[in-house]
Amino acid sequence: MILLSPLAALGRAALGFLAMVGRLSIYFGQTVSHMVRPPFYGREFLVALGNIGWLSLPVVGLTAVFTGGALALQIYAGGSRFDVQAVVPQIVALGVVRELGPVMVGLMIAARVTSSIAAEIATMKVTEQIDALVTLSTHPMKYLTVPRVLAALITVPLLVGIGDILGIMGGYAVSVHSLGFNPGTYLKNTIEFIEPLDIVSSLAKGAAFGVIATLMGCYHGMNSGRGAQGVGRATKSSVEAAAVLTLAANFLLTGIFFTA
Amino acid sequence: MIKLEQVEKSFGSNAVLRGVDLEIPRGTSMVIIGGSGTGKSVLLKCVLGLVTPDSGRILVDGKEAAKADQDAFLARFGMLFQGAALFDSLPVWQNVSFRLLRGALKRPRAEAKEIAIEKLRRVGLTPDVAERLPAELSGGMQKRVGLARAIAADPEIIFFDEPTTGLDPIMAGVINDLIREIVTEMGATAMTITHDMSSVRAIADNVAMLHGGKIRWTGPVAQLDSSGDPYVQQFITGSPDGPIEAVR
Ligand SMILES: Nc1ncnc2c1ncn2[C@@H]1O[C@H](COP(=O)(O)OP(=O)(O)O)[C@@H](O)[C@H]1O
Ligand SMILES: [Mg+2]
Repeated sequence: MILLSPLAALGRAALGFLAMVGRLSIYFGQTVSHMVRPPFYGREFLVALGNIGWLSLPVVGLTAVFTGGALALQIYAGGSRFDVQAVVPQIVALGVVRELGPVMVGLMIAARVTSSIAAEIATMKVTEQIDALVTLSTHPMKYLTVPRVLAALITVPLLVGIGDILGIMGGYAVSVHSLGFNPGTYLKNTIEFIEPLDIVSSLAKGAAFGVIATLMGCYHGMNSGRGAQGVGRATKSSVEAAAVLTLAANFLLTGIFFTA
Repeated sequence: MIKLEQVEKSFGSNAVLRGVDLEIPRGTSMVIIGGSGTGKSVLLKCVLGLVTPDSGRILVDGKEAAKADQDAFLARFGMLFQGAALFDSLPVWQNVSFRLLRGALKRPRAEAKEIAIEKLRRVGLTPDVAERLPAELSGGMQKRVGLARAIAADPEIIFFDEPTTGLDPIMAGVINDLIREIVTEMGATAMTITHDMSSVRAIADNVAMLHGGKIRWTGPVAQLDSSGDPYVQQFITGSPDGPIEAVR
């Protein structure tokens, strides 16, 4: 019995994970079905656009610039061992657009947006505001979830696009100012190297990560336990789930786009 | 008319409602009394469909509530929550006229605001409160904003969960009169939870006492003092000695 109990624990965890995936899929399906049926809450959508898109710009921009700069330094240092430091612009472009741009933005959105959505909705839940919405003939999913998910679907790809550009600019600044690259050649190499598929994959990842981040915030908020502890737990779970799912989805999407 | 038949509800091992039977005729005011934690709020939420009973039936005008079209069903209700449950991201007037700003009952913004200010006045709040956020108000003021929101769309059925808790005696009197007025003038059906015996006498046509998960006693308010039920007697006199344990 004692020998079997780790197995049982593993089984329980696996079953728990599958149940979770099932619940999330159902929640996602419900969100989509509410998205395509009226009423649509335009004001809430505009507020969400501002909160998720506009207000995330500073943190996304800074993250991208520093990541691009660090990447250029690393590739230069690593490349010089094989005497291929000239590939810095190409590798920075590839690394930022295909992987680091979307992933860093996705994780920053999980930190910034998922946590605040989860805490807000969980607080609404424990203070009976969700119940109040229902009694006022307003479906919480239409009023709270749909505007946020739609806003992220639209703005996070834009944020990723901006993050890609700023990441490349970070690499450019470091390369030109401290690694002695020629500005014109650097930009030319970057632009000639990036292909349309790179950009498409980057933006598609952004859309997927945006949906994951907002959906996790809403789902964990709506299913919050009672009291302050419930809110804390919901917030923590939402960020964990969003971060892990973002990285898992990134792996899947990279596989889909780049193994042909 | 609202009719509950053998409604039961447990949360895990905590059996809160153990077979509640209750009838509230149309256009009358029912007051539910009972110790704290006996399940009065849960009972209201069962009727509204916010909590699903484990068994039993709830009929509104002869139709089973669980099977009704939820939007149309809830459009007839107004509810004041025990903790007011105001939306803290919206200013007070948008809370009050929430229903009038969206959905089936949507009106122009200016008109919705006017109605909000009028309803705020009825619960004893001045128009300058309208632009404030709920977090800037005292508990008693939030309660009254919640009340204004509950009556904003002139519902046919109104539930009040402890409407006067946290109010001073004068304001409590104003709210009692308001609830009475809504029932007599607008012909609404009301169900009110309260611990305040002066409220009970001011608001109620009928009184029901919830104890041990069942309706212990129910009858017209005039018979409350002569109910002959030791539980009711202890509750209305507020005596620590009697069949209701002080430690629950
Ligand atoms: N959502 C819930 N989950 C678990 N237990 C609950 C829930 N809502 C109420 N309860 C429990 O039901 C009992 C009755 O609660 P309530 O109806 O709020 O009492 P009151 O009569 O004071 O309004 C309490 O023991 C409370 O802990
Ligand atoms: Mg209560």
